[in-house]
Amino acid sequence: MHKTLAVARRELAGYFYSPVAYVVGALFLLASGLWFFYRIFIPGNEASLRPLFEAMAYIMVFATPLLTMRLVSDEIRSGTIETLMTSPVTDAAVVVGKFLGVLAFYLVLLAGTVVFLALMAVYGQPDLGVAATGYLGMVLLGAAYLSVGLFASTLTPHQLVAAIVGTAILAIFAIMMQVLVANAGEPWNYLAAKLNAMAYFRDFSCGMFDTRGVVFFLTATGLFLFLSVKTLESRRWR
Amino acid sequence: MIEVENLTKWYGPVCAVDNISFRVEKGMIVGFIGPNGAGKSTTMKILTCYMPATSGRATVAGHDVLSDSMNVRRNIGYMPESVPLYPEMRVRELLMFRAALRDIPRRQRRAAVDRVAERCWLSKPEDMMRRRVGELSRGYRQRVGLAEVLLHNPPVLVLDEPTIGLDPAQIRAMRELIRDLGAEHTVILSSHILAQVEQTCNHLIIIASGRIAAAGAPAELRQRVVGPSRIIAELRGAEEATLVETIKALPGVRDVQPSTSDGWTRLVVGGDPQVDLRAEVSALAAARGWQLRELRREVGSLEDFFVQITYEQNVRWMERMTKSA
Repeated sequence: MHKTLAVARRELAGYFYSPVAYVVGALFLLASGLWFFYRIFIPGNEASLRPLFEAMAYIMVFATPLLTMRLVSDEIRSGTIETLMTSPVTDAAVVVGKFLGVLAFYLVLLAGTVVFLALMAVYGQPDLGVAATGYLGMVLLGAAYLSVGLFASTLTPHQLVAAIVGTAILAIFAIMMQVLVANAGEPWNYLAAKLNAMAYFRDFSCGMFDTRGVVFFLTATGLFLFLSVKTLESRRWR
Repeated sequence: MIEVENLTKWYGPVCAVDNISFRVEKGMIVGFIGPNGAGKSTTMKILTCYMPATSGRATVAGHDVLSDSMNVRRNIGYMPESVPLYPEMRVRELLMFRAALRDIPRRQRRAAVDRVAERCWLSKPEDMMRRRVGELSRGYRQRVGLAEVLLHNPPVLVLDEPTIGLDPAQIRAMRELIRDLGAEHTVILSSHILAQVEQTCNHLIIIASGRIAAAGAPAELRQRVVGPSRIIAELRGAEEATLVETIKALPGVRDVQPSTSDGWTRLVVGGDPQVDLRAEVSALAAARGWQLRELRREVGSLEDFFVQITYEQNVRWMERMTKSA
């Protein structure tokens, strides 16, 4: 367990050294800030972060793979994977450690958006319960997205490829499923509705605590972490 | 300490390691030498549990690399060929991270890091431990890499090309350090430059095209050098032709090549293998009243042996390839 945390701590520290993380963080805060000031923070509007959460969930489809792309890819490219995998650490500990590291950085980014809530509280009375479930939704969604990105990163030594693959997988669940729900035929639209990440997330941003969403996001996280461990293990056999 | 039996590794259709077996006893410094692509790194990667062998068995400190990999990893310190390090971390930070991965209790980590820093000359410039790894020169990176593998004081050290990319002074320092380490650790190191390993190691394994071409102590290997022995003698006191005739008459002499300059005749005498003709030549010179100013025996260097063996293996390999094609 302490080795997992050692890996996590190293990854988190790595984000604070990496220009990519600052750029991604800045762009995320800029995009959500613009959205907030031009669409929400207007006199007479409802004092709710709901539209902001939805926008952030879409931004994350592109932002999280940029955060996760270096996690394993960079180690494969530079060869540090060799020292890591010959240390007495299980592959699962490496994967979970890296996941916790990037999750911690994601939480730091998310904490930056609390400013919007504070500003809103100055000029109105936002519903704190809705905000709380919204943030819970963001954390669950983020965990699932990050695990997808981590999985993509175990596939290739090229960071850019990892980012593109990660975004593609996320786009399937966050965007394509919505299109399928609206347009596909009889059995397929029902199936798509079950896999539609945004629908589960919308419950949280509305202030609803739905266990279906919790199960969906946590299962997705577990599945992609498991796949990451397996692809990492398979490097030994290839 | 290390036992390897019939180890074979295929990378797809390419056979990198072809059925090799060897044993390494405790306290030995073993040098793996061979040309590039001979299978040295592959063997090391199998021993350190980075990749499994296609077939065969390997045990390190009594633990099987496949079924008991965690215990093998605990007993090995492995420095890969390119010495991969995280460039964004500071030296102390990196060593502390490695110490955590190596099960060193939190309280002892700082002491362990200081100990290896001292040992690998990282403590000398005051700020060395605070520098970023990415800014270090090749020599210092190599030292950090070596410090990393010494952290947990493993009984077995596996160093892939530890002297590559270093300048001559650094190579000598690294060699001395490795020789010191041999007192407490069993060391396996690889190189494609024979001269470097010859002085450091007490056991050599020469690998060519995935096979062990020869193995043994350097002195032992030197003895096995095949080919005729040669003696070089410089004489004065008789005509060149007379000298050649007389020397040729000695038993065991195969051929004599003379060359004369300012009165001295230099003879290169080729004899049968394992025959030392020096005593006969000097006795002959004394009996005939010739002056003798130089008399020495030329022994084939290990380098010759190495080149010859690798060459032969390559030829054999080429033959195999053309046969199968």
